Amino acid sequence: MELTDEERQIFCEVADTFEVPEGAYNFRVNGKSVGRKSTKNINVVPKEGGRGLDIYIKKGTKNETVHIPVAISVTGLKETVYNDFHIEEDVEATIIAGCGIYNCGPTDSVHDGVHRFYVGKNSKIKYIEKHYGFGQGRGGKILNPTTEVYLEQGATAELEMEQIKGVDSTIRKTSATVEDNAKIFVRERLMTHGRQTAESIYDIELNGKDSVADITSRSVAQDLSKQTFKATIIGNNKCRGHSACDAILMDQAEVHAIPALDAKTKDAELIHEAAIGKIAGDQLTKLMTLGLTKSQAESKIINGFLA
Amino acid sequence: MLKLNKISFTTGGSRKILDSISLKVRSGEFLVITGPNGSGKSTLAQIIIGIKNPTSGQIIYNKTDITNLSITERAKMGIAFSFQQPVKFKGVKVYDLLNVASGAMMEKAEAGKYLEKVGLNPEQYLLREVNDKLSGGELKRIEIATVLARDAKVLIFDEPEAGIDLWSFENLTKVFKKLKAEKKTIIVISHQERILKIADKIVILENGKIEAEGAPEKILSQITGANYGIN
Ligand SMILES: Nc1ncnc2c1ncn2[C@@H]1O[C@H](COP(=O)(O)OP(=O)(O)O)[C@@H](O)[C@H]1O
Ligand SMILES: [Mg+2]
Repeated sequence: MELTDEERQIFCEVADTFEVPEGAYNFRVNGKSVGRKSTKNINVVPKEGGRGLDIYIKKGTKNETVHIPVAISVTGLKETVYNDFHIEEDVEATIIAGCGIYNCGPTDSVHDGVHRFYVGKNSKIKYIEKHYGFGQGRGGKILNPTTEVYLEQGATAELEMEQIKGVDSTIRKTSATVEDNAKIFVRERLMTHGRQTAESIYDIELNGKDSVADITSRSVAQDLSKQTFKATIIGNNKCRGHSACDAILMDQAEVHAIPALDAKTKDAELIHEAAIGKIAGDQLTKLMTLGLTKSQAESKIINGFLA
Repeated sequence: MLKLNKISFTTGGSRKILDSISLKVRSGEFLVITGPNGSGKSTLAQIIIGIKNPTSGQIIYNKTDITNLSITERAKMGIAFSFQQPVKFKGVKVYDLLNVASGAMMEKAEAGKYLEKVGLNPEQYLLREVNDKLSGGELKRIEIATVLARDAKVLIFDEPEAGIDLWSFENLTKVFKKLKAEKKTIIVISHQERILKIADKIVILENGKIEAEGAPEKILSQITGANYGIN
């Protein structure tokens, strides 16, 4: 693949590689595929007009990986991409997505990524999504991911979603319907600074008997940034749902947490936890007694918190 | 090594917590401070390390007045402190804290040695998060290990026995005996007879004042007469 330095940097940040990975992949740069491969079990099929991908994972596929990172390195590019994952039964696969924007120009660059996962019976997927922005231009680096997960009986989805640096504005929507014995685990890490805004919205429907949802979101809001965390878990059956929003506030930042639990039967066990506050003074003190300065102590605490 | 010169501490509500405390700790000395709850022991330790500032008085360390230095500066000069209430974190691992304490990234085996000293199995604990999933006793041992991992000249321990069962504490006293043999300057706030016995000097603090001061032989007989909660 021929990539600029900025594009390589993006792929390193979001996919840990800028070289051709093992397994199936599609690398997208500025709206076009720059490299694509299917494997025996995983078929990566482009939608018409560069609007995204259909990815088919065959029944019984084990231990395979799909990389589908996206890079935008021009100013003013706005795109909406639909990636649909059709996952048959008894699959175990890891999907590495993620998007980075380098914008050194005057106009906003926007990537709206819609990922839909149709996960067949007893399949297990792990989805890793990292978002990243850099470049000194006036144009914004805007990423709006929508993730929809449909879990059939006994299926499991583990979502790791991270946005640590440089994204000016984001609206993150994650929804799931969870059938009998199916489970969804979400681990979100967010950091905002400057005047950035981030909104993270979850809508989880626990429809099946013994379905499970566990969402843990940790975030750090610095400077004048604003974050909103809205998690709704609906329990329609005997199920267990848990959401936790843990936020560290710094400077003049704001965090709003709006939890909602909706139990439609007495067998639904739903829990929400939210803790918002500044860095604990005793944590700073402890690290300073070990020889760190206040600002070194702050970054140690934040790095640990977001790890 | 360390000299406290008429240290007083008054709270906002103008309650006198410490009342003109003067105290000398010689290099290589093992000093134990004891006394009833609320007598001001922790406050005194926090003043030495810089967590609290005295209302009046000076702290002299190696001939330097450190009264107005920050916690970080005092730490870098070689003063270490083990908290009475261990601090919990989210996401920070035992290994991270030990590395911060030692001032460099250690090999896991090296970091593990500090856990062994306090009776924790490194394989089980090194990569654990220092959070509330650990018991009080486990947190306390980790707290002590972070102080041992520092190459400090003066080590201050605030009630190292708190939260640790007696049987395990028996083992932990070895740590203090070893520090003493290494000629470290040590201040331990404690009610534990085993610690009081290895002291070179004992200070009894009561109502923010030094009630008595001297060698263990002299002070211990005095304490057993009064009720200082010695076990
Ligand atoms: N910042 C403070 N404001 C008000 N009271 C305090 C403050 N710090 C300590 N105290 C009080 O000072 C007294 C001594 O506390 P402390 O030093 O913790 O005693 P000890 O360690 O001997 O048990 C206690 O009565 C405590 O409540
Ligand atoms: Mg105390």
